[in-house]
Amino acid sequence: MSAVIEMKGISKSFPGIRANDNINLKIEQGEIHVLLGENGAGKSTLMNILYGLYQPDEGQILIKGKPVKIVNPNVAISHGIGMVHQHFMLIPPFTVTENIILGKEPHKGTTLDIQKAISDVEEISKKYELRVDPRVIVRDISVGMQQRVEILKTLYRGAEILILDEPTAVLTPQEIDELCIIMRSLVYQGKSIILITHKLKEVMSMSDKVTIIRRGKVIDTLNTKDTNIDELAEKMVGRKVSLTVEKKEAKVLSPILEIKGLKVLDNRKLEAVKGIDLQVHGGEILGIAGVDGNGQSELVQAITGLSKAEAGEVFLNGKDITNLPPREIIAGGVGHIPEDRHKRGLVLAYTLAENSILGSHYLKKFRKGMGLSYQNIREYCRKLISEYDIRTPNEKVIAKSLSGGNQQKLIVAREIDRDPSLCIASQPTRGLDVGAIEFVHKKLIELRDEGKAVLLVSLELDEVMDLSDRIAVMYDGKIVGILDAKDATEKKLGIMMAGGSAQDAV
Amino acid sequence: MEGVGFLTILGIIVTASIRSATPLIFASLGGNFSERSGVFNIGLDGIMTIGAFSAVFFSYKTGSPWAGLLGAIVMGGLFGLLLAFMSIYFKANQVIVGTAINILAASLTTFLLVEIWGRPGQTDNVEYFKAVGPFNLFTYLAFVMVIVSYYVMYKTPFGLRVRSVGEHPRAADTLGINVYAIQYICVIISGVLAGIGGASLSIGSMSLFKEGMVAGKGFIALAALIFGKWHPIGAALACLFFGFAVALETVATNLPVPRELLYALPYIMTMLAVSGFVGRSVGPAAGGIPYEKGEK
Repeated sequence: MSAVIEMKGISKSFPGIRANDNINLKIEQGEIHVLLGENGAGKSTLMNILYGLYQPDEGQILIKGKPVKIVNPNVAISHGIGMVHQHFMLIPPFTVTENIILGKEPHKGTTLDIQKAISDVEEISKKYELRVDPRVIVRDISVGMQQRVEILKTLYRGAEILILDEPTAVLTPQEIDELCIIMRSLVYQGKSIILITHKLKEVMSMSDKVTIIRRGKVIDTLNTKDTNIDELAEKMVGRKVSLTVEKKEAKVLSPILEIKGLKVLDNRKLEAVKGIDLQVHGGEILGIAGVDGNGQSELVQAITGLSKAEAGEVFLNGKDITNLPPREIIAGGVGHIPEDRHKRGLVLAYTLAENSILGSHYLKKFRKGMGLSYQNIREYCRKLISEYDIRTPNEKVIAKSLSGGNQQKLIVAREIDRDPSLCIASQPTRGLDVGAIEFVHKKLIELRDEGKAVLLVSLELDEVMDLSDRIAVMYDGKIVGILDAKDATEKKLGIMMAGGSAQDAV
Repeated sequence: MEGVGFLTILGIIVTASIRSATPLIFASLGGNFSERSGVFNIGLDGIMTIGAFSAVFFSYKTGSPWAGLLGAIVMGGLFGLLLAFMSIYFKANQVIVGTAINILAASLTTFLLVEIWGRPGQTDNVEYFKAVGPFNLFTYLAFVMVIVSYYVMYKTPFGLRVRSVGEHPRAADTLGINVYAIQYICVIISGVLAGIGGASLSIGSMSLFKEGMVAGKGFIALAALIFGKWHPIGAALACLFFGFAVALETVATNLPVPRELLYALPYIMTMLAVSGFVGRSVGPAAGGIPYEKGEK
């Protein structure tokens, strides 16, 4: 075993943050090596340096013992490094073949030799057993298939070392299993793999070795077989964490949210929600599981009045709120933690105080004659800051200056403080660190224990399984089934998330 | 008009359509290069003005229309470079840069008219390209350029890269494609083509440059580009259609339709095209957004 890659003393700073601080990393030939760390720990920065997208401020990179300077991705590619980015780097209107050959196109004279390109793609796809149809348009294929195209892109360029950045984030459990097989087979054929992730289970099931990074520094490098999930969690977060969510038995009350035959169009005017019936009771958390883009966002937008319901009805506490303006829906008792906190949750250029009253700004307590009573608003925001432990110098800084976790806490504080009878939490912990995740989870469970209804939408299957009392699985705009959380297994949910029924899983 | 056969009128309309379409075709092919690489070129109209003026100026100085054409190419390319520099290097708002170039072109040519020929309005007569058969040289060249543009954009590695940059520059960057270089090349090509389009208006069909002779043709070319769904052949067909509308208007005295309606026709068609009435026209996904290397 020899080191194919060695990164020595790598440091990189961005304005206001030291993303990598004297990092040392060694990758051996033929291993799957995980870089483990929370969001913002500096894993992606380190890999972008290795791939030549960023230049390190300090440090050295050795490939097979030779020092190299990777000034751009071309250099990385020529050294046999390939990267599969977290957000796929595919051109949607191009075919699979065009995406794979882009930048290294076979040609006859000045003409692109598309026939040779297709046969090249077929050849490597056969060699590595990554089946794809070279002629289809990338926009039309599944996410799992797109990921194969990304992997083929690197192999087409002769990659020996593959960097996979959070590859499982968008996959169903079954697709994750397939990816696991693909990675094993690649390693078997002599490739080395660097896997970036923050999911501990994957570290245990997929890797040979793991390097833990926290706040830009390497904490430790371990052999996977010599460690366990709890140890990894502690090293990743820096303190003991409880990975299981503690909650009491649910005391289910009468229905608060009732949805009947709801149909919603997406922004391309295609039906995204295709007739949904759903009830959420007081005192329960109903989780919606599903792969991204199966109508979850549109469902939430229709309930909250952000987009129009084409058909069907939505009742809140027995009152018809279908297609009412958002202001009336909020006033009727709906709190909404939106999936994109930058786009819908906050006005980033506003102060925390101003953000804290969005949606309640018209209430008398925040007004002074025609204008706003900034004194009351700031006082209110200070109350939220202390009650919800939002880490900020004061209430007068703009929302943009806060970390993601604290931004989310502000939104949670605002929405919960409205005392809603229904709280809709869409991806409430996306991109947050473990501490903030624990906090948000605790708040949602508190709401439930107070007898409120919680509708949780999340792409993180673990989160849905941990928090929910009942789980509804959405696929292709419909609810394929609702399971009691006690009966839900990853396998069952995975099959339903791909459109199968719960019976198939038995 | 009694006695004039239907075929004769049709012939007049067809040739007139193609003639009016010629400058539009150059400009919209230019726009296609620029926009496919992700840079909006609102300055096409101004660059056409520069091309028309430069062609006359260089023909005037040398006595050769060929030198005039070369001058239009060089000056068009330089103004393309200016737009590229502002929008790629300085990442300025591309609509504003384009508008600035339009204003600059109009005022610069007006100023130089007085400086060089001592009077506003128009230049002296210079040597120009005489018609070859029913059309002038530029018309034939325009049709050749349509084929060349199609070939470059859809049949070469370069074209594939250009389109990838306009759709998803970051993806292209990760594959080692030099996004900025591609954009510079494409915007300069768009300037060159718009410059030739401008020259076709001046030395292509007459012996002088007149103030306001471009009259918004750069914008019509952009409309044709959208109408033609950002495809060289589609854009050329749209230019021919717009040329047809202009030609109709010249013989409209005999038609039971108000002239004003014919004037408005190209614009109405464009609005319908953009609003998705005639099959939705979707441009390059990353069009108009300056690419930031290394941004998260």
